[in-house]
Amino acid sequence: MKFGIVVNEGPYQHQSSDTAYLFCKAAIEKGHEVWRVFFYHDGVNNASKLTEPPQDDRHIVNRWSKLNEEHGVDLVVCVAAALRRGIKEENLAKGFRISGLGQLVEAGVKTDRLIVFGD
Amino acid sequence: MLHIINKSPLTNSALDSCLRVAQAGDILLIEDAVYAATTGNLFEGKIREAMGRFKVYVLQPDLEARGLADRLIAGVTPVDYGGFVELTTTNKNCQSWL
Amino acid sequence: MSDIKKFMFVNRKAPHGTIYALESLEVVLITAAFDQDVSLVFLDDGVYQLKKGQQTKGIATKNFSPAYRALEGYDIEKLYVEKESLEARGLSAADLLVDVTVLERAEMGELMDQQDVVLSF
Repeated sequence: MKFGIVVNEGPYQHQSSDTAYLFCKAAIEKGHEVWRVFFYHDGVNNASKLTEPPQDDRHIVNRWSKLNEEHGVDLVVCVAAALRRGIKEENLAKGFRISGLGQLVEAGVKTDRLIVFGD
Repeated sequence: MLHIINKSPLTNSALDSCLRVAQAGDILLIEDAVYAATTGNLFEGKIREAMGRFKVYVLQPDLEARGLADRLIAGVTPVDYGGFVELTTTNKNCQSWL
Repeated sequence: MSDIKKFMFVNRKAPHGTIYALESLEVVLITAAFDQDVSLVFLDDGVYQLKKGQQTKGIATKNFSPAYRALEGYDIEKLYVEKESLEARGLSAADLLVDVTVLERAEMGELMDQQDVVLSF
């Protein structure tokens, strides 16, 4: 099956980024395709390359980047939500791209299931 | 339909609303909603009642993280992330009650 | 994208205290532009989004409530409110700034079951 994922909350603040990531990993392990992860609301903070967690903690941003690199998961950050929160091309982590809300609608149309993770 | 709940029923009405509005289907308790699936909490009666209409699942890693794996209400089915994925595929649609 | 799917937006959060209602509305408007079958549902505190007479000048934020009235212009006409959510808040359809269909809880549940994509923020 083809999955679309929506992440509405920031990393480290709320568990939704972790749950969404672990869901993606499990889906891929089961042979499904995670076609796109769309980051909205504070979820856009998942894309900041300035993120530096303590060494003994998980690196949520790099984890997403790796998912893009290894499995071609399209990581899309909502432009309007991103600009509101200071996420721009210049501080965008590897594998993410900034685009419009149309990409979220497209994920709903083109995937078999769209799963929302948020607060 | 798969109903995904992620909040404790003791602080938030998401689970209550889901049980009020949804008529049947699967319910998956994740994140802070796993507290709803534990014995002795105020919501236990409502979960037991809901099991007549819904099949209730709980995300086991979230339950373990909260130190409550030994308090699971009988009849609630634990699943891992793979089981979560499975539930989204066996149901034709899903809703996160945020 | 020729396929048309049934998109439902479930709004359960009050406006102003958090940004969810506003950013949800932004997605709704975009979805309509993609010619999808769009329904909006207002449940629990989400019904407060539609309360008439919101004045945000004093809290120095944008009053986006008039935008709900513009939905019709985007061919979004399926607005549903759950009866018990309204009643629990001492409101009736007359207190809302747009025309809505008031549904009993079971009808609302059935409507949700029929959707392809359910988005909540």
